[in-house]
Amino acid sequence: MSEHGHHEENFFSKYVFSTDHKMIAKQFLLTGMTMGVIAMIMSVLFRIQLANPGEPNALFEFLLGDWAEGGVMDPNMYLALVTIHGTLMVFFVLTAGLSGTFSNLLIPLQIGAVDMASGFLNALSYWFFFISSVIMLISLGIETGPASGGWTIYPPLSALPQAMPGSGLGMTLWLISMTLFVTSSLLGGLNYVVTILNLRTEGLSMTRLPLTMWAFFITAILGILSFPVLVSAVLLLIFDRSFGTSFYLSDIMIQGEVLSNVGGSPILYEHLFWFLGHPEVYIVILPALGITSEIISTNSRKPIFGYRAMVGSIMGIAFLSFIVWAHHMFITGMSPFLGSVFTFTTLLIAIPSAVKAFNYITTLWKGNLQFTPAMLFSIGLVSTFITGGLTGIILGDSALDINVHDTYFVVGHFHIVMGLSAIFGMLAGVYHWFPKMYGRMMNKKLGYAHFWLTIVSAYGTFFPMHYLGLAGLPRRYYSNSAFPMFDGLQDINQIVTVCAILGAAAQFIFLYNFFYSIFRGEESVQNPWKSNTLEWTTPVARIHGNWPGEIPSVYRWPYDYSKPGADQDFIPQNVPLKDGEEEH
Amino acid sequence: MTELLILVAIVVAVIAIGQVVRIFELANKIKGIKESDITDKDNDTQGKLLLTFGILFMASFFIMTAKWNHLLLPVSASEHGVDIDFLMSISMGLIIVVFLITQPVLFYLSYRYRGRKDRTASFISHNDKVEIIWTAVPAIVLTVLIVYGLQTWSNIMDRSDLKDAVVIEVYGQQFNWTVRYAGEDNNLGASNVRFVGGINTVGVVSESAYTKQTADIEKNIANTKIQIAEELNANKRVKKEARLAKMEAKKNTLSSLISRTPKDLIAAAEDDIVVKELHLPVNKSIQLKFRSQDVIHSAYMPHFRVQMNCVPGMNTDFVFKPTITTEEMRIETGNEAFEYVLLCNKICGAAHYNMQLKVIVESEEDYNNWLSEQTVFAASNN
Repeated sequence: MSEHGHHEENFFSKYVFSTDHKMIAKQFLLTGMTMGVIAMIMSVLFRIQLANPGEPNALFEFLLGDWAEGGVMDPNMYLALVTIHGTLMVFFVLTAGLSGTFSNLLIPLQIGAVDMASGFLNALSYWFFFISSVIMLISLGIETGPASGGWTIYPPLSALPQAMPGSGLGMTLWLISMTLFVTSSLLGGLNYVVTILNLRTEGLSMTRLPLTMWAFFITAILGILSFPVLVSAVLLLIFDRSFGTSFYLSDIMIQGEVLSNVGGSPILYEHLFWFLGHPEVYIVILPALGITSEIISTNSRKPIFGYRAMVGSIMGIAFLSFIVWAHHMFITGMSPFLGSVFTFTTLLIAIPSAVKAFNYITTLWKGNLQFTPAMLFSIGLVSTFITGGLTGIILGDSALDINVHDTYFVVGHFHIVMGLSAIFGMLAGVYHWFPKMYGRMMNKKLGYAHFWLTIVSAYGTFFPMHYLGLAGLPRRYYSNSAFPMFDGLQDINQIVTVCAILGAAAQFIFLYNFFYSIFRGEESVQNPWKSNTLEWTTPVARIHGNWPGEIPSVYRWPYDYSKPGADQDFIPQNVPLKDGEEEH
Repeated sequence: MTELLILVAIVVAVIAIGQVVRIFELANKIKGIKESDITDKDNDTQGKLLLTFGILFMASFFIMTAKWNHLLLPVSASEHGVDIDFLMSISMGLIIVVFLITQPVLFYLSYRYRGRKDRTASFISHNDKVEIIWTAVPAIVLTVLIVYGLQTWSNIMDRSDLKDAVVIEVYGQQFNWTVRYAGEDNNLGASNVRFVGGINTVGVVSESAYTKQTADIEKNIANTKIQIAEELNANKRVKKEARLAKMEAKKNTLSSLISRTPKDLIAAAEDDIVVKELHLPVNKSIQLKFRSQDVIHSAYMPHFRVQMNCVPGMNTDFVFKPTITTEEMRIETGNEAFEYVLLCNKICGAAHYNMQLKVIVESEEDYNNWLSEQTVFAASNN
């Protein structure tokens, strides 16, 4: 079963065009990390602009060239930076880099399969992602600049090249890149769903699945159902831009010329976009939550508290995520009744989220906590998930949203849940499964340093934003000095920028640790974290087909940690029940 | 030179850190400690750090709130804004309470149960009763919050009683705002983007505008015809003929529009008043109607707790009652130079950050005086 067929491997078939899920996972990770570093540098640039608006800066001149004449950043470049920062982070880092990496790495390993259902589709999924990334990066270098209408690219701004330079070729490239990106996500998602449903090893019923698997499974379904709607939004936008249609455009005069479009509505775009946009943020966070369940449980030496409630809450969140999208649209002028409906559903989604947070905390209670760097990031995830989730309750209330929509309150909220929580999940996953990916250990002390610098500077960057938002400061502003009412906020803006720069610098500790350890890290043992799930029963040196002999069968759920009557404080899933032992 | 030195310093620092790390690694190897071993000392240190972080995190929240509270928006300058602020206080109070309970519990438990080799965890896997409790309690609390929030929202969005409202149009474009008052008849006249031109910056559809704009176009047509007759260069002539065709088309558009628009709305437009400042009479209900010329903008008036997108091709509106005059707010905030303002709050292009409209709230008498001094639209077309 595991002799995958001897085939001659050359450099290209092993490292480049591999169909092995473990290699594809690493490809997703490295591409995602690269895009993350680029997006992070962009954020440092625009934060510097906000701290010292209009001040000439040698760094701008060096990095931005013509877009920073005399060292002063061009306002269109500012908008381009925030747009591409958002696009790269949400899609390329937190969707492909998070789901793509860990779904690919873990699904076959944790369910006891030799590989994904289709290794070829899997490779294709990566290469679509790669090409999409290249096109997105190319758009950074063109003369009129990359897309600049915000990562949400609402028309008519994004439909009309006359409205801003970035809405010319840059926008076209963005649309092409995203179409390829969605293709990649769909190919991957289909593979994940089919694999989990069909290729589980003997004895692995759905109720014995690790929570990571549940999270990736439901996330993949979410993606399959929602990403195509983004493609439809993008397609209609391409038509409006290039084929003279009026899906989103009506009664417009731009640059002194009246356009001939009649009958369209930008609100249609918003509905289509957010129909994906909202599930998208759950596509981002659910894998991180699944990873956290695994890491907290393993490192507490305790079962995850409330397994069924955790599965139920993943399903509840996923279902509800489809019916909350217009909470992004409360003040678009849509019918107030719609606003009421979406307020109701949005506040409901707080309930399963709260259940998850309580279950994580209770898992720690009476545990025997092992603070690996992965565990620290997982605890950090729980903290930031609570913080960010709570401010979501304010934003989801339509009456309250009136005054905080599109302010820094929103920016603070989504960065804490995505930029902190989800990224922490991704980092925790890297620390935890690094031995499985590379057969070596990352350095623990550097991991600790990375965690502490990151959580302090990250909270320092995004927590103050809530105050800025409550003071009425809008987002996507090139400078906060045009309105006297914001002069008093400049101190806070500077604190935010300083913390952002420190946070960015701290990530280089991680990058150094990561790359150094790939080559010179201490060699790992087979099960360094003494974890129960099946991936730790494979040899340290990765092989095609994952297991050298028979694929292990599963006899129990993955959470038999510190089970009374056992010899050790963990019992892997492939260990049969002892005589007289009850399955949990 | 400085940049180079900084770069060198960073590289040296990185190498130095790398060497220090290597020393620790070798020391561990000698002691037989593996990277995957989390020692009691590691757990103790990290546990204490987590507890310290938790305490400092909570403390920093109080410090930030104390330090920055005065920077938040002043008291609501509108009637419905008072309801919003109250709902906000309740909601923030609620989430702050949850925050101040859950975060300390999280960090305390992390410290309390920090691992030791001689301890064992308890095999507690679930408790259905507690799951029900911590599902039901948030559900009940959130339901109360939802009901309250929806009532507030319905009241704000209630447009059933508008007969006494002063109707004012706010017109957004890249990158400024224009205001149009309804004039004596309190009836905002017809408007269309195709009528935008010259003096008619917001596209008012009225007989006077039609007459003037058509006359201007006919003059241009006449001039262009002369130029075409005199033009020897074939290319340039073709271009001028294209321009001529466009002018004819524009004239046809205007005449078709004027014949299709209801007569009463056309007449209502003549006494409209187009200005660049938003004056509002205090304690009167105002219906702001929004239009956009080009892309989505958003009219955001934070002091009044008002925000509404301006969407091209769509009419949006917001009804509210300002309750504090500019003068009164100056006293309230202790800021002599205080002005209400309307900002753009939806990304609209390069100067999105600087789309300002001055808003002045004054007594009804002052408001009427100011309004009577403004030029009526029909007069501006002469």
